Amino acid sequence: MIVKAVRAVLLALVALFFLFPIFWVLLMSVMTNQDILRSPPSLIFEPTLENYVALISGQLDTSVGTLEVAYMRNLMNSLILGVGSVLLSLLLGVPAAYAFARFRFRLGENIAFTLLSFRFAPPLLVLLPLLFYFQQLGLYDTYFGLIWVYQLITLPLILWIVRGYFEDISEDIEHAYRLDGHSWLATFLRIAIPLARPGIAAAALLAFIFAWNNFIFALILGSSDVQPVTVGALAFITASGINYGQIAAALVLSVVPTLILALFAQRYLVEGLSLGAVKG
Amino acid sequence: MASLSLDKVSKIYGPRRQAGVLAVRDLTMRIDDGEIVGLLGSSGCGKTSTLRMIAGFESVTQGEIRIGDRRLNDLPPAQRGVAMAFEGYALYPPLRIEDNIAFGLLRARMPKAEVARKVADVARLLEIENILGSYPSTLSGGQQQRVSLARALVRGADLHLLDEPMSQLEPQLRAILRARIKDYLIEHKMTTVFVTHDQTEAIALADRIAIMEAGELQQLASPEDLKEKPANLFVASFVGEPPMNLFPAEVDSNNAIQVINRADEKAFSIDLDGAGDAAAQILHPGRKIHLGIRPHRIRVGPVGVNDGANAVARGMLLSNQWLGDQSHLGINVGGCFMIAVSDRDVALRTDEAVDVSLPFGALHVFDRDDERALLHGMSPAEA
Ligand SMILES: Nc1ncnc2c1ncn2[C@@H]1O[C@H](COP(=O)(O)OP(=O)(O)OP(=O)(O)O)[C@@H](O)[C@H]1O
Ligand SMILES: [Mg+2]
Repeated sequence: MIVKAVRAVLLALVALFFLFPIFWVLLMSVMTNQDILRSPPSLIFEPTLENYVALISGQLDTSVGTLEVAYMRNLMNSLILGVGSVLLSLLLGVPAAYAFARFRFRLGENIAFTLLSFRFAPPLLVLLPLLFYFQQLGLYDTYFGLIWVYQLITLPLILWIVRGYFEDISEDIEHAYRLDGHSWLATFLRIAIPLARPGIAAAALLAFIFAWNNFIFALILGSSDVQPVTVGALAFITASGINYGQIAAALVLSVVPTLILALFAQRYLVEGLSLGAVKG
Repeated sequence: MASLSLDKVSKIYGPRRQAGVLAVRDLTMRIDDGEIVGLLGSSGCGKTSTLRMIAGFESVTQGEIRIGDRRLNDLPPAQRGVAMAFEGYALYPPLRIEDNIAFGLLRARMPKAEVARKVADVARLLEIENILGSYPSTLSGGQQQRVSLARALVRGADLHLLDEPMSQLEPQLRAILRARIKDYLIEHKMTTVFVTHDQTEAIALADRIAIMEAGELQQLASPEDLKEKPANLFVASFVGEPPMNLFPAEVDSNNAIQVINRADEKAFSIDLDGAGDAAAQILHPGRKIHLGIRPHRIRVGPVGVNDGANAVARGMLLSNQWLGDQSHLGINVGGCFMIAVSDRDVALRTDEAVDVSLPFGALHVFDRDDERALLHGMSPAEA
């Protein structure tokens, strides 16, 4: 009885600790800058949607005049970059993961590990040379270029999680299917992939969130035309001050897609990660 | 429905041009159309590897595999005309049992009604009718194994490979199914290779049994021949329950076999007078051999009772167990421990002296160096 009560209290505390910042940001997003900066802070204020209106219309009112922001565009860019890079990673990573899981070939382990090691290097280390390459190759400030570097984030993730998943599937199920008269390609598409689907979904979701949260690549390798929300939020730090209310509203908007995705795929995420990644 | 032949087939696992695991070595055998062959051997001796090469999941490192006169080596599994029941069952998880069994048939465009009839047939045969509507994940190991077996049997392929098809079943059910499966295989004239660890199962099901050890085929012969004419020391010690009594021995200058015990002393001797020309030729004085004696052929009696056997040795009875249908007698003969089996309840007391009769017909002689069989019951082994 007591144990139960204590556990409930502890859980509530933990939840509060993690949820409070989100709650605060939510509050801030419906407050004016004056309300936010009032000292001492007060919970009594008049909620307003002006921050959201400003973001969606792209007109930022500051003390020195109106400022154009492309926040909706940033949001769109985030979506394009996230979805694009995850799709490309799936296209490249799932067959590769299958190959690494099923076939022993020379240097196979080394190649797989090299791909993983992309995750170890701090991005700053490679950014400057990358910038030069990108400018030379005409990849600077393009979706394609960014999706390309985002592979450093998404590809290893998908490769390693999905590989573990393929390894868990009994090879003999595929063998049985092949004896029933199918080619290895048909076996891969109709047996291996469907059986690994929870793992693939989990990996894709995780990769999407990682891509969504990336900041530094887009900051350096693109202009505002292709930059995602993480970089776009910088625009609210203006010469005339910091628009906390709008930043908060921007944050709320930027969290919504990943939140929806995560809630929607929660089952896959937990199941996929616990089954696949542990062993891989 | 076709014959299968393997010609000097070897399998080495591991990277090319590096020392790998030698799983199968120079395996040559021919299995006739409609024949049922059992693969018997200790764990890790290469049985599954052999089946996987035949089915096409593993490349053949060396040698050639044929079904009928089609060379299989480079054909994909789909084109080999082989059905297989896997050691790990390998059922399709999203399909119901019924659909699992029918899958290969539907794929081969067999009419639905006929498929349904075949599935019902094989389900009745293997007693899995009550689970046809379930999914694999809800079944026990033994149930899954029977489904996997059903899926292979129903295919009517040129060749059926069954990897330990009944290892998960309880002995009673296994005995029942064994008989039914044999009838089914014969009725449908199915060429079959099955793997088992159970000698009784191998003997009951197979026309011929292949004994493998350390990747090499030791002998491929009928169950009777494996018992009566084991090709080498390994087969002699592997086949039979209880196993053959085997002792190191040497032929002395008085034309007798001197059997040697653990302490390297002479235990007892067998006079070779009247053993015949073949024996005289092969068992020349000084030859080092292993002597094998099947427990079922040894007769044990009170001291002084000789029922006309060629050789009699005096020993001490150590144990006498009546198992309900046969007696197992443990006897110490001059330091050699020997098991004898009698189909009667023997009225002898332990710790008493007994006479052990060893007819020539019960003796098997193997070369001490290369361990090949030389004589079976005093006739030459290669005959
Ligand atoms: N994929 C593989 N890679 C490397 N070595 C392997 C592989 N598969 C099997 N082996 C080795 O080959 C040998 C034979 O294995 P195999 O599976 O054929 O044995 P088995 O006779 O079927 O044994 P069991 O009765 O336990 O099923 C073993 O030493 C095993 O370790
Ligand atoms: Mg095996």
